[in-house]
Order: sequence, then C-alpha cells, then structure tokens
Amino acid sequence: MALRSLAIRKAIGLGKSVGLGLRGLQTVTLPDLPYDYSALEPAISGEIMQLHHQKHHQAYVTNYNKAVEQLFQALNKVDTSTVVQLQGAIKFNGGGHVNHSIFWKNLAPVHEGGGEPPHSSLGWAIDTHFGSLEALIQKMSAEGAALQGSGWVVSTVVGFKSLQLFHHCCCHCLYVSANVHLCILFFASLHASFWQWLGLDTEFKRLVVETTANQDPLVTKAPTLVPLLGIDVWEHAYYLQYKNVKPDYLKNIWNVMNWKYASDVYQKECP
Amino acid sequence: MGSVTCNPLAPPSTHLLLNPSKIPKFCHSRRQLHGSQRASKIIAYYGLKTPPYKLDALEPYMSKRTLEVHWGELHRGYVEGLNKHLAKDDVLYGYTLDELVKVSYNSGNPLPVFNNAVQVWNHDFFWESMQPGGGDIPKYGVLEQIEKDFGSFTNFKEKFIGAALTLFGSGYVWLVLKREERRLAVVKTSNAINPLVWNDIPIISLDMWEHAYYLDYKNDKGTYANVFMNHLVSWNAAMSRMARAEAFVNLGEPKIPIA
Repeated sequence: MALRSLAIRKAIGLGKSVGLGLRGLQTVTLPDLPYDYSALEPAISGEIMQLHHQKHHQAYVTNYNKAVEQLFQALNKVDTSTVVQLQGAIKFNGGGHVNHSIFWKNLAPVHEGGGEPPHSSLGWAIDTHFGSLEALIQKMSAEGAALQGSGWVVSTVVGFKSLQLFHHCCCHCLYVSANVHLCILFFASLHASFWQWLGLDTEFKRLVVETTANQDPLVTKAPTLVPLLGIDVWEHAYYLQYKNVKPDYLKNIWNVMNWKYASDVYQKECP
Repeated sequence: MGSVTCNPLAPPSTHLLLNPSKIPKFCHSRRQLHGSQRASKIIAYYGLKTPPYKLDALEPYMSKRTLEVHWGELHRGYVEGLNKHLAKDDVLYGYTLDELVKVSYNSGNPLPVFNNAVQVWNHDFFWESMQPGGGDIPKYGVLEQIEKDFGSFTNFKEKFIGAALTLFGSGYVWLVLKREERRLAVVKTSNAINPLVWNDIPIISLDMWEHAYYLDYKNDKGTYANVFMNHLVSWNAAMSRMARAEAFVNLGEPKIPIA
C-alpha cells in the first residue's frame, strides 16, 4: 500500500528537501485526498474533511517527522533512554499517519462507487463469515457505538471455535460463531479514542472485526492482520456534524465506504 | 478489616468514610434481602446537577452551544446510563458517587457501571472547576501550597498546560493533592480515569476529550488549555476543595511549642 507522496507539503517542519533529510533520513508527507473535501457529503461534511485532513493528519505527519528526527539523533548518540522515551510519540503520531492514510482511501464519493457493496471474493467471504453484509455492518456499528471514547474499530472473527472469550483492555466479548453471528458484548471499556477495522488475518485467511485504541495501527493487534477498512471513531471525525449522536455517523459512513479498495487489498492477499 | 464482611447489600457505614481504603469489596455473593421488601420500585438514583452558572456565562471562552451539547446531552446521557445500571442492580444502591466510583473501578478491572459513574463524577467536578470571570491566580493557602510544591505559579501553569498538550487520545488533566506524598501534583489520566481511584484528592480538572473543545476551538488544544487557565479555572472552587482535603491530609508539620 504505497503512500501517495504528493502535493500538500505544508510545514514538514524541518526545512529539508523533498522526502530526503540531510543525513538520508526519510520523512513522511501528507498524502493528497483523491476527492474534494465536500465530495463525501452528506455523510461527512466538508468542514470535517478539511479539518481532519489539513489539521489533524498534518499534525500527525509533522510530529512523526519531528519524533523520528529526534530518534535518529538519539540513536547516533546511543542515548538509549531518549530512544525509549520517544516510542510513545512515534507510536501515536506514526500510527495516526498510517491509519489516516488508509482511511482516506477507504472513503469514496457516491458517484465514484462509495457505498457500493463488495462483489466477487470479498463479498463471498463476508457472506460466509458474517452471514451477510448487513450483519457485518450491524456488528461494526454496534461495536463502534458501544465503545466509549476514541479509537479505531476493526472487524475480527477468529471463526471456527464455538465460543471465544476475548479480553481486550477491560472488555469481555463472547462470540458465538457459525450460522448465527450473535455477539454479546460486555463492555466495561474505558476507550475514548479508537478505530474500528475490518481486517484480514493473512495466516488463517479469515476476516476480522477489531478495535484499536487511540492511534494504534491494526498490526499492533497481531502482525498477520491486514486492514481492509478502517473507521475513525475519534470525536474529531464526526463531532462537528453529528455531535454526540455517534450511531448516526456509524450508520451514514457506510454510504461512502469504498469497498473497491477493500476488495483490491483482499484479492491481493487471497488470490 | 474489622467489621467488614462480604455483605454486598450493606452500604459502608459512616465510620468507614473516614478511611476510604476500607470500603468493602464489591462482591457478587448470593443476594439476600435485608429487612422488609421494598414496597415500590425506585426509579431514579442520580439527577443531572446543573453547573453553578448559566449556560452562556462562560462566553466567549466556552460557548453556550458547547455547554448545551456537552452538559445537556452528553453529561445527561451519562446520568441516565448510570440510573439504568442502578435500576438493574440492587447491590449498587446505597453508595455515594465517590464510593461507587472507587468500588466499581475494582482495582483496574472495572465493572460496567464504572464508565457512567465516573463520567458523571468527572463532569460534575469539571463544571464546578470553572466559573465566569475565572482564571487569574489563586490566593492564600492554595497559592502557598502551589508555590511550595511547584516552585512558582508560572511553573505549575506550564506543567498543567504541557500535560494537556501531551495527552495522547482522550483524557483529563488534574491538579491533585496526593495523599501519601502530601503534596500537590499535576496528573494526566486517559479516557475517564479519575485520581480518586488511587485514593488521591482532585482539586481542579480540565476535560481534554475532543467533545469538550472541538466546537469552540476545533483542533487547537493549546488555545483551549491556555484559555482555561487564564479565564475559566475557578480558584474559589479549588480553595474550598483544598480546605476539605486538609481534613484528610496533614500538609504541615504540627507546631508543637517548646517548653
């Protein structure tokens, strides 16, 4: 998944040349959106898209580059405690950059196929694992609404066991798989900032619904997970438009979901 | 542990309040009805407390719209969620909100009611940590203690705002009185965690969840944190909380006269 290292290079913050630092240190740049800010209305307002892209994502890029620069210097000086201390900033800002870069590609205006259900192999896999596309959407929206706070929700079903107990940062989930995908969630979760994902477990070739806290990329859940779709459930992703009515956001975002991207990734991993 | 047995229906008696660490452990043993059956079903336990000022009183630093949405919808939602939990579970009835927060935190493995209980507590505390015409600097004992523990008020302010800006994700920034160390400290917590669970005493809080500032400041956390310190924070509230805290924490050396 190559990043589009185009255009908007506002304040990379280091005054260095395109992408390549003085000591060969690669910096990241803010990728361009493949559509206008207002193209996803009415599901997501243009104001939110602009702030989200130009302010939030840009801040992650800038701060990640700063942290990496400091890391580089600390590594050269063999300043181990600084190296360790920087990990938080790198995980947070780097994760924010990774996640948002995927997010922009996950969305598409309606006239470019946004909201169109997946066909071919991904569509088949969804029907097999979740029963139907509606069931998957229902599940992801319910999880996203239940978690209090910020983060990303990803879809993970580790299929063939009949009962699976997940302990995920203070929440307990009971999955009953096979024909009826009934998910009983006992959330004592304190998650405030999170992401919701539909991912692919490349080892077992199974679709997964997962959540990650703050800006943790999906790969922090397991190295074999590849994100197919991610939903940003941080408040900045919807608050200006939906205020506290998070369920509406989680319902409407499916109208601009770019299943084609998810299909492409899926087919690449499961040819 | 003295008289504390695992009797989940008995709310802690008054004397235990003086020693919060002795709150009886929350346990799911068999339910027994104490005394006579309740004649009618209790419907509501907690009400939504209104902030001690009108919703537009914090303008232009925190808009009326923010208060309407943050207090009127979100905080209200937490209260209703809390009441729903309490309606389902008799065991939880009888605790004060402070006790409920500590008990349901369950030493890091929180019970479902914790999220709603602690957020009700946090928001009650947050509204009262602000006032119209707030900001400026504290006086008397609070200022003395801040200068003693941080060096200077400016240093404390920098630390506080710095904590707000380096918080990853959602959370709160607190000025707490640490019970064990008997000093003030700036603490940042993730999501809804509250220093009460570590047995410390909060003095001031700043809500750094995005919903608290997004409508007014969008992503500009720095301006929001500075405005809070300069124009919103209620040092009066801090003073009364410190005064109460000093009943539990001995901050000074006792002055024992010689001879």
